Amino acid sequence: MPIKILMPALSPTMTEGNLVKWHKKEGDSVKSGDLIAEIETDKATMEVEAVDEGVIGKILIPEASENVKVNATIAVLLEKGESLADLEGFITTDTPVVKEVILEVTPVEVTPESPTVVNSSSRIFATPLAKRIAGDRGLNLAHITGSGPQGRIVKEDVLAHTPGRSAAVISGPSPFQDKPVSTMRKVIGKRLTESKQTVPHFYLTIDCAIDALMQIRKSLNENLPNTKLTVNDFVVKAVGMALQEVPAANAIWMGDTIRYFTHADVSIAVALDEGLITPIVRSVNLKNLGALSSEIKGLVQKAKEGKLKPEEFQGGAFTISNLGMYGIQQFGAIINPPQACILAVGAGIQKPVAVDGTIDVATLMTCTLSVDHRVVDGSIGATFLAAFKKYMENPALMLVGE
Amino acid sequence: MPIMTVREALRSAMAEEMRQDPKVFVMGEEVAEYQGAYKVTQDLLQEFGPERVVDTPITEHGFAGLGVGAAFLGLKPIVEFMTFNFSMQAIDQIINSAAKTLYMSGGQLGCPIVFRGPNGAASRVGAQHSQCFASWYAHCPGLKVVSPYSAEDAKGLLKSAIRDPNPVVFLENELMYGQSFEVPEGDYVTPLGKGKIVREGTDVTITAFSIMVGKALKAAEQLADQGISAEVIDLRTLRPLDIELIVESVKKTNRLVCTEEGWATCGIGAEIASQIMDHAFDYLDAPIARVSAKDVPLPYAANLERLALPTVDDIITAVKNVTYK
Repeated sequence: MPIKILMPALSPTMTEGNLVKWHKKEGDSVKSGDLIAEIETDKATMEVEAVDEGVIGKILIPEASENVKVNATIAVLLEKGESLADLEGFITTDTPVVKEVILEVTPVEVTPESPTVVNSSSRIFATPLAKRIAGDRGLNLAHITGSGPQGRIVKEDVLAHTPGRSAAVISGPSPFQDKPVSTMRKVIGKRLTESKQTVPHFYLTIDCAIDALMQIRKSLNENLPNTKLTVNDFVVKAVGMALQEVPAANAIWMGDTIRYFTHADVSIAVALDEGLITPIVRSVNLKNLGALSSEIKGLVQKAKEGKLKPEEFQGGAFTISNLGMYGIQQFGAIINPPQACILAVGAGIQKPVAVDGTIDVATLMTCTLSVDHRVVDGSIGATFLAAFKKYMENPALMLVGE
Repeated sequence: MPIMTVREALRSAMAEEMRQDPKVFVMGEEVAEYQGAYKVTQDLLQEFGPERVVDTPITEHGFAGLGVGAAFLGLKPIVEFMTFNFSMQAIDQIINSAAKTLYMSGGQLGCPIVFRGPNGAASRVGAQHSQCFASWYAHCPGLKVVSPYSAEDAKGLLKSAIRDPNPVVFLENELMYGQSFEVPEGDYVTPLGKGKIVREGTDVTITAFSIMVGKALKAAEQLADQGISAEVIDLRTLRPLDIELIVESVKKTNRLVCTEEGWATCGIGAEIASQIMDHAFDYLDAPIARVSAKDVPLPYAANLERLALPTVDDIITAVKNVTYK
């Protein structure tokens, strides 16, 4: 018998939603786990996966339909060996075919076999120990997510749970958890402590107006179908070009010598769950924005999967740390030794600026360069930042670089 | 400390007790002239003579009954079964006569006897010769049931069993006879009814007895490499069970894996699991797991025998399940 695909409830309180998009059309075969449609509620857009295997026989609710009731039949799936002919009686007797644009869907009666979807989640599974600890601490198990089989709440889940405001006041010491320091954290701790204690840092801050850059980025992204340039891609390119222009800033401290690099190898700080890592984009000066963008994407992906090779994150003379996506306006980064410079990039924020005696609005990005004074003096750092600002504010220059 | 095999430890326990107490004697098939089917009674005939080291006919029901009668009248027999598989012939004497009479006589007639011999699987001796009787005897009130792992405990527990005024079933293991351990010098006894933590740990408790203690220790060692700290308890006595020791350990580790070489159904692990739920339910962070033989008569074929008996890997798998690793 054909299988009905019902409008799913994405949360226990959802009663209706919008069917935004079909990923399958009539005649497509689906298997369990396939993405079949996108459903939107007032809270979120969610993807719907197929549970059963078969061929989409008939789509009953077209995409871009609003206010589709939960449990309404949105499509019918044909099982192996069934054909469209099997659908005829099935649909007409059972399900009203809905018209093109639906504002109100005729409610389809809920099948009696599955009336307790909500109830099934109300039963909380927890080990006796987890229950006892939660009881002792006045924690509500309903607020704790279980990590055991079938979502069973175990001791560790209760211990790791930080109660929200609604939890009862706890007497005695606050619960805490000691975690051993991972190798990565140890390395971060050692290197950055050493850097902050032994490297004479000084800081230079500059504002870049990036309205032109945003414009050119928008236009490039609209016209290049397979490329999605980020602001950070432009920052990397601008740094690479500024380093070429001010080679005195493209250097590292070697103790007895200072090493100056020919090409601009730029490290990018990537946040990971357990710390951060700085994959290197080599010879930024020789690459165009599109190539840089895809290389950076690849490196970030590998970094997050922990698949970077040592040569992909060791070396370089210059690091970029960009916290703009978190809305951070300005910050000072710690130099990543033996490198001499790190650029801390803030968010592009619209601000009033005075131009020739009148107030104008510009998108300003505040960038702070931390510099190792042993390698780079103030005037060189300032010259570098001025060059960087020039490229950021005149992004067309990036198109004619080397 | 001197090194001694389990076989030598058992022999010296019997010899020491026979020297101290003239009421103690050994009887069984081939224990005297042949020096024991597994040489556990070696040289006892030479030292104590045929009055106290008695070869019996091949009739377990018969000589076990003789032993029980001798115990009723004040002697302290050690009855050797060539293997405990043959004790099924004598189980009426062991349970109905030896175990119940003190109770049925209102405390007037005790039975200070030890039934001892190898128990459980050896190596390719077929289903009838490979059975673990631990749960059979541990089931019955009136009996004490002991099953040692190390040579030290084999000696200390056998001496305690011989001195105990009640019938004691003493389950040895053929594959353990030749294994060597450090054994203290001098006259010492190991108390009945007391288990022993043979490896300390914090993440899971593994209970074991007899040959399974060795497997549990191996598993614990491999688990340590994977960051799981296992506590291993050698039960040593199965009745009365040292449940207090297991409860205290589970309160610390919150997880329990019970191992035994016999079948799981109505087994020692089932009993421990039930008692732990009585005494430590609120301390459990995972269902109690059992590791045991497969639920079949033990196959004769070497490859199938290996698959049917509980292994170190089985223990590791069970531990990972209960620690959600």
